[in-house]
Amino acid sequence: MSKSRKTAATRRQFLAVAGGVASSAFVSVRHASATPASMASAIRQVTGEAVVQPGKVQLDVPPLVENGNTVSLMVSVTSPMTTADYVKSIHIFNEKNPQPNVVAFHLGPRAGRAQVSTRIRLADTQTVVAIARMSDGSLWSAKADVIVTLAACVEDL
Amino acid sequence: MIVNSKRTQWLAPVAVMLGFAAIEVISAHAEIPLGERRSGYADLAPDTKAMQDDDTANPGMLWVQDGEALWNAKSGAANRACADCHNDARTTMTGVAARYPAFNSKLGRPIDLEQRINLCRVERQQASAFAYESKELLSLSAFIGKQSRGEPIAPPTDERLRPFLEAGLEQFNRRQGQLNLSCGQCHDDNWGKRLAGSLIPQAHPNGYPLYRLEWQAVGSLQRRLRNCIVGMRAEPYDYGAPEYVSLEIYLMWRARGLPIETPAVRP
Amino acid sequence: MASALINVPKKAKFGDVIEIKTLISHIMETGFRHSTTGVPIPRDIITSFVCTYNNEEIFRAVLYPAIAANPFFIFTTIATESGTIEFTWQGDNGFLATASATITVE
Repeated sequence: MSKSRKTAATRRQFLAVAGGVASSAFVSVRHASATPASMASAIRQVTGEAVVQPGKVQLDVPPLVENGNTVSLMVSVTSPMTTADYVKSIHIFNEKNPQPNVVAFHLGPRAGRAQVSTRIRLADTQTVVAIARMSDGSLWSAKADVIVTLAACVEDL
Repeated sequence: MIVNSKRTQWLAPVAVMLGFAAIEVISAHAEIPLGERRSGYADLAPDTKAMQDDDTANPGMLWVQDGEALWNAKSGAANRACADCHNDARTTMTGVAARYPAFNSKLGRPIDLEQRINLCRVERQQASAFAYESKELLSLSAFIGKQSRGEPIAPPTDERLRPFLEAGLEQFNRRQGQLNLSCGQCHDDNWGKRLAGSLIPQAHPNGYPLYRLEWQAVGSLQRRLRNCIVGMRAEPYDYGAPEYVSLEIYLMWRARGLPIETPAVRP
Repeated sequence: MASALINVPKKAKFGDVIEIKTLISHIMETGFRHSTTGVPIPRDIITSFVCTYNNEEIFRAVLYPAIAANPFFIFTTIATESGTIEFTWQGDNGFLATASATITVE
C-alpha cells in the first residue's frame, strides 16, 4: 500500500469516529455491550439464589473519570478478618462493558484487612457493583455510579 | 500563511530568557504570562495525581526499570553499555532531559533526547538505532528523563538554536489542517476551558516520555504532537522530522522553569 | 519476561498488617477490538494472579478484560514470619511471570 493511500484510509477512519460515534478506545462499537440484565446474570453465577444484602462493602471509584481506560477502584469490607469471621471473596461487576465481569479477589483471615485496590476499564458512564462473600456464606454488596468522559482528540493509530 | 490579526503584534521578551539579543516574533496574541504557566499536573484528577506521585503505583516506572536495565546492558559491535561511558546515570544524567533538544555541532542541527540516544547507539555502541516509540527507546528516554525529575526546564543559551526556536514558535501559531487551527488557539488562548469533556491543558512538555491513560502505555512527546496534528486534521510529519524538533525547542522554551516530572501520568 | 514492580516492606513487626503493591507490564488486549481493517484482535490478557507467603496462598485475583493495561493491585497480609513472598501472573498465550520479595519479621 502506498503511503498516500494509507494516509487517506486513516483519515477516513478518523472522520468516521469524529463524526459522532463516541466509543472509547478499547471497545468496538460493533460489539454488543453488557447490559444490566447480563450483569445480573453474571452476579447470579457467583451468588446462586442466595440473598445479597446491601451493606458492609465500601466501593470507592471516582464519580467522574478522565479516561475510562484506567479507573482507580478500591473496595473494602467491614469484617474482623479473624479465622472465625472473614471475607472469602470480593467480586466486581459492571453494566456496560462488553463483558459484565471485572475481577474477583480471593482472600482470607491472613489478609488482616479486607481492602483491595486495582485499576479497571469502563467503556461508558455506568454503575459498578461489588459483592463480598463472607466466611459464613452471607453476601453483601455496594454500588457506585461513575461518569466516564471521553478524550476530545482521537488518536490516529 | 493565514494569521489572526490579533497575532501579528511584535513581541520581544522571548529573547531575554535565552540570552539572545532579541528575537522578533509573531506571538503576542495571548502567550501565557510566566506567572500563570503551570504543569499539566496541576489540573489532574486526584486519582491521576496519586498515580504519578507514587513510584510503586506509577506504571511509567515499568519503562524506567527496563530503561535502567538497558543502560547497563552491553550492546552493539563495540560491546559497550551506556554505563561504560556515562557511569551512574543517577549523577551523570541529572538535568540532561531538562536541557534537550540541544544543538549538535557535527550534524549542524538540533537533536532531541531520543535522537541523542540513537546517536550514541550508532556511533558509540556501533548498534542499530532504536525505532521511534519502540519499547527500548521509550524505556531509555524514560530512565534518563527520570534522572532530571524536579529539575527546572533550562533550555540551552545557544545562539545556534535561535532559528529553530523561531521556526517552532511559527509552527505553534500557524493555522493548519482541515480545522484550520493553530496550537496556540487551544493551548495559549483557551487553556483551562473544556473541549467536550476534556480540560484543555497548557501543553507543556515537562513530563515526557509519560504514561498516558488514553494510550495505556508510555509514549514520547513526538507521539503526543502527532496526536494534536491529527486532531487538527492535518497531516502529521514522520517521526524524527525536524519540524517536531523545532516544536520541541519552542515548547521547552515556553515551559522554562517548570520542573521535569518524567515519567508523568496524564489522561 | 515481562517486567514487574513489587513493593513489599523489607521489615515488619510480628502481627502488623502490611501493604503489598504489584504492577506488571501487560497490554491486556480485550479481544473486543478490531484493527483498522476490521480484523478482530484476539484476546491477550492476564487471567490469574496469585500471591503466596512462604508457599501458602494469601491472595488470588481472577482477571477479566476490564482490568486496565499493566495490572496493578494493592492488598494486605499479616506479617507472620520472615521468609519469601512470591507472585505469579498467568494469562493467555502461555503468559507466565513470577517475582518474589523477602521480608524480615521481628
